[in-house]
Amino acid sequence: MALHKDDVLKIAHLARLQLAEDEIPATTERLTSILGLIEQLQAAPTEGVAPMAHPTDAIQRLRDDQVTETNQREAYQQIAPAVEDGLYLVPKVIE
Amino acid sequence: MHNQTLKALSEALANGQVSSEELTRHYLERIAQHDPQLNSFITVTQEQAMTQARAADQHRAAGKATPLTGIPIAHKDIFCTQGVKTSCASRMLDNFIAPYDATVVAQLAAAGVVTLGKTNMDEFAMGSSNETSFYGPVNNPWDTDYVPGGSSGGSAAAVAARLAPAATGTDTGGSIRQPASLCGITGLKPTYGRVSRWGMIAFASSLDQAGPMTQTAEDAALLLNAMAGFDHRDSTSTDIEVPDFTADLNRPLDGLRIGLPKEFFDQGLDAEVGAVVQAAIAQYEKLGATLVDIELPNTHLSIPAYYVVAPAEASSNLSRYDGVRFGYRCADPMDLEDLYKRSRGEGFGDEVKRRILIGTYALSAGYYDAYYLKAQKARRLIKNDFDAAFQQVDVIMGPTSPNAGFKLGEKAADPVSMYLSDIYTISVNMAGLPGISIPAGMSQGRPVGLQIIGNYFDEARLLNVAHRYQQETDWHAQLPAAFA
Repeated sequence: MALHKDDVLKIAHLARLQLAEDEIPATTERLTSILGLIEQLQAAPTEGVAPMAHPTDAIQRLRDDQVTETNQREAYQQIAPAVEDGLYLVPKVIE
Repeated sequence: MHNQTLKALSEALANGQVSSEELTRHYLERIAQHDPQLNSFITVTQEQAMTQARAADQHRAAGKATPLTGIPIAHKDIFCTQGVKTSCASRMLDNFIAPYDATVVAQLAAAGVVTLGKTNMDEFAMGSSNETSFYGPVNNPWDTDYVPGGSSGGSAAAVAARLAPAATGTDTGGSIRQPASLCGITGLKPTYGRVSRWGMIAFASSLDQAGPMTQTAEDAALLLNAMAGFDHRDSTSTDIEVPDFTADLNRPLDGLRIGLPKEFFDQGLDAEVGAVVQAAIAQYEKLGATLVDIELPNTHLSIPAYYVVAPAEASSNLSRYDGVRFGYRCADPMDLEDLYKRSRGEGFGDEVKRRILIGTYALSAGYYDAYYLKAQKARRLIKNDFDAAFQQVDVIMGPTSPNAGFKLGEKAADPVSMYLSDIYTISVNMAGLPGISIPAGMSQGRPVGLQIIGNYFDEARLLNVAHRYQQETDWHAQLPAAFA
């Protein structure tokens, strides 16, 4: 299916991804061509086939409900763009 | 010294013919001299490498050496390395100093390996040419007008030019095997779940797998011994015994049944590449193997299904890059949404954005069944084909790549044509099987790889099959003249 500019802008909003105005035509064209490739899937005979999420069909392992990790907040916040008193700083959410 | 395999260097270290300090300095000098022509490294960890090398020599003097103690290698810049920039070749992580080591990095370090640096790659491992890197493309050492393949293009080029005896890579759709093929080295993608994904920056979590990129299968076995193993921190790691991958390398191949899928030898295959692969298969017949014609009838579904599954998982995995806790943040955000959107819009390159958008679309309300669920079902069909084939054969052989590579820029404007060049590698990821590419000949002065696919957790046999071929041929020992 052919995507239109509005479709691309809507998807970009869902992905929280800003596209510059001059990126939009090429992005629209290339996404349309990728979707054309993906469209070939629709002809696949998949009725009654179980979806595959893991090659050996492993299930999610569970662990004991015990504390195993130590607090490394300071180490991990050294790479943050902006922190204060152990909190991450972002622009005001509520005025 | 750099003409030696990892195995030979390991013996030279053990015999005291060379120290790790000397070896490491030699490779650092080669990187300084030759990498300007290749751009295969993003970061060279010179000081840390020399410190690690001296520690390795002390370990050896204390009688605590492993076969890898003091061997310098390079890590793809997708593996977290504590205290060292880990960029995934993205502007988004250009300022990211990893606060911990990936399990692969930690296990290799524990075995005594020295880290020379971090290699270039396609941004977030999305690409087959290494042209999507924020740090610029990598050149193929055999012909610098050509791409080295991707996404582990820096690792492949560095090993091919002998700037490192070996390197790590990751393979989501062919990203170890295809650059190994195009650069003339050995590249192994283990079974999904064999090597821990912890600390390996996530692209498509149900497909990503790390593996060794080396000169020989024997070297790959030595590295895999240290890389493989169950890891409780990787939720899809498989708790299965890890054999000594070097133990069966020399086992004779008499009676080996090789499956030749007709779908891997169709009209899409370059004639010269096809002839190289046929010659390699004929060599295997001489070694006692028998050939079996097989079919993998759902191969054609693998690329369409991959371009749903991989982007869908990527769109989810890459949602963590939001400019809040780490990585790139845009200047002067107006509000939180602007911070998210501009940080991501400015921090990601074009190919990464396309895949996030495709994945977001495929997972959006109303489309999940038609795309992601449908692709997961197609995945089952692809796996079932392989399961049926492995009832009849021990390994499957074919080309790694449909051609001997392409020029820089040749496919940059047409993503779909780039995607189609992964036709022989992607189905292996979709099924989760192990696969290896080994050098098998040349086409117009550039290397051609033979791909060997094995059954689940049968890496030892793949390495055995590859090693026996390398005992009879010397394609793996050739290196580009400019880097001799």
